[in-house]
Amino acid sequence: MIAQALVSGLLIGFVFALIAAGLTLIFGVMEIVNFAHGEFLMLSMYLSYFLHAGLGWDPIAALPVNAVALFALGVVVYYALIRRVLRAPMLAQVFATFGLGVFLQNAAQFLWRPDFRTLGDTWVSGRLSLAGVYFSGPQLAAAAGAVLTTAGLWWLLSRTEIGRALLATAEDRQAASLMGINPDRMFALAWGLGAACVGVAGALLSTFYYVFPQVGGVFALIAFVAVALGGFGSVVGAFAGGVLIGVVESLAGVFVAPAVKNLFVFAIYLVVVLLRPRGLVGKQ
Amino acid sequence: MKVAIAAAAVLAVLLFPLVFRGPYPQHLMILVLLNALLGTAWNILGGFAGQISLGQATFFGAGAYTSTLLFQHAGVSPWLGLLAGAAVAVLLALAIGYPCFRLSGHYFAIATIAIGEIAGIAVTNWEFAGGAVGLFLPVEGEGLAAFKFGDKLGYYYVIAALLAFSVALAAWLRRGRPGYYWRAIREDQAAARSVGVPATRYKQLAIAISAALTAMAGTFYAQYLLFIDPPSVLPLSLSIQICLVAVLGGAGTLVGPLLGAAVLVPLSAATSVALGGSGRSLDLVVYGLLIMLIAAFEPAGLVGIARRLRRRGSP
Repeated sequence: MIAQALVSGLLIGFVFALIAAGLTLIFGVMEIVNFAHGEFLMLSMYLSYFLHAGLGWDPIAALPVNAVALFALGVVVYYALIRRVLRAPMLAQVFATFGLGVFLQNAAQFLWRPDFRTLGDTWVSGRLSLAGVYFSGPQLAAAAGAVLTTAGLWWLLSRTEIGRALLATAEDRQAASLMGINPDRMFALAWGLGAACVGVAGALLSTFYYVFPQVGGVFALIAFVAVALGGFGSVVGAFAGGVLIGVVESLAGVFVAPAVKNLFVFAIYLVVVLLRPRGLVGKQ
Repeated sequence: MKVAIAAAAVLAVLLFPLVFRGPYPQHLMILVLLNALLGTAWNILGGFAGQISLGQATFFGAGAYTSTLLFQHAGVSPWLGLLAGAAVAVLLALAIGYPCFRLSGHYFAIATIAIGEIAGIAVTNWEFAGGAVGLFLPVEGEGLAAFKFGDKLGYYYVIAALLAFSVALAAWLRRGRPGYYWRAIREDQAAARSVGVPATRYKQLAIAISAALTAMAGTFYAQYLLFIDPPSVLPLSLSIQICLVAVLGGAGTLVGPLLGAAVLVPLSAATSVALGGSGRSLDLVVYGLLIMLIAAFEPAGLVGIARRLRRRGSP
């Protein structure tokens, strides 16, 4: 039973990690927390749903569509909203994105009703059994997709020219602009990439999770905690935070009670930041 | 000029229920005053001292549950319950502040979210406190001594008095030593420490006062609605709304939370009356849009708009 709980926790933890990676990327580059992150996820899940229901596209096959669509959404949100609050106080930034989240969530409810929807069978339906431990197909695929995407993001940031430009902007936007990097475009890119991460996560989640207007809230709260747990701005930290939360949540759900599993998630956060005030991998 | 506006506002609040006698306008105004009180309490911690709390519901719930449980199990007067709730909230606040004030910025804000969520989950699973079912307050007994009134008027003046007390306290603190210390901590804590500001002690003072006032509002809420449960007094959405009232009004100013409550509460009521009938949350679509627009175009909050209007009026 421990093995089963660990496996389930790890699998969902990888998805948390991917959502948190998108959030931490945006924060790392421009120190803004995207409180509409969960709603981006929700929109991506609806996109998968409608592509599946309307055109018969499998969410896994349509995954690049989600990534591109959410990338575009992130860039649009940056230019339309975020650019106006770049130099505003932190609280104004918080409520600009929070207002966007409220708007998107309720627009979704208005357009698509508060119904819970499921996609039904997809390519990855079914399950596998290995040494007495069950692996649900959709969760396995979601975990694999999330790990690959996070690894891709990490590679992009640390091994490519454009990634270095992003990190340079994060480090010192003035110095970066003196080196010929346009900070404005880097910020837009960060929003695009951050949103594309939840785009992928949304497509992966849609194969086994209910699609409804409030679905983002569940994951966004966990992503915030994962990001802070790992240390704001660190992709590696967010990944570790997401996986840790997935495992803790799953173990607490099995061994204590499902009703109190989030209590342990928040408790872990408190313990970690009280011992390391800047998160697991943050510079102390 | 300022005194005249303040006097006019106080007079308007006092006369409002005598002019508008219907239960709905009075109820709406009670909610405005309640939110103004919560925003003012948040503002002492978040606006003056710069420690962003997204867990104020913890203190609100502490007030609501303490007075209600004391009344139900020991027959303690809700007025004493109000003080007891404030005391419990202060103890909670100090216990939270002691470790958490080592955290800065977003780490502190998320820690307050975590504590608020833990409180919500804990009470939901606590049978003695009614668990997920919640607690009903008995309806017998009326009058000021019982903290229970047959009509809205009594509640109206109680919350108005609590608000007046809170604003006066906030104004007094802001003008005195704590106000200067808080501002120094908010602007640059390391610099404040280096010139001898006991930062931790003054942050503890801010969270204790903020918690006590918020808990009083919680007791008022329980007495007013006669029913409490975790989704109504301990949700994250309440913590966010409290912060929203103060920030959209203008964080760090005295009138900001009052202005924020006076605009936000009727606004959300109006949009839900005008657009909520469809049951499809069009009201919240508009609400979200407005929050976004105010934050994007007037980062200093409604106070910023008011200032600009006044400058235009008297050049």
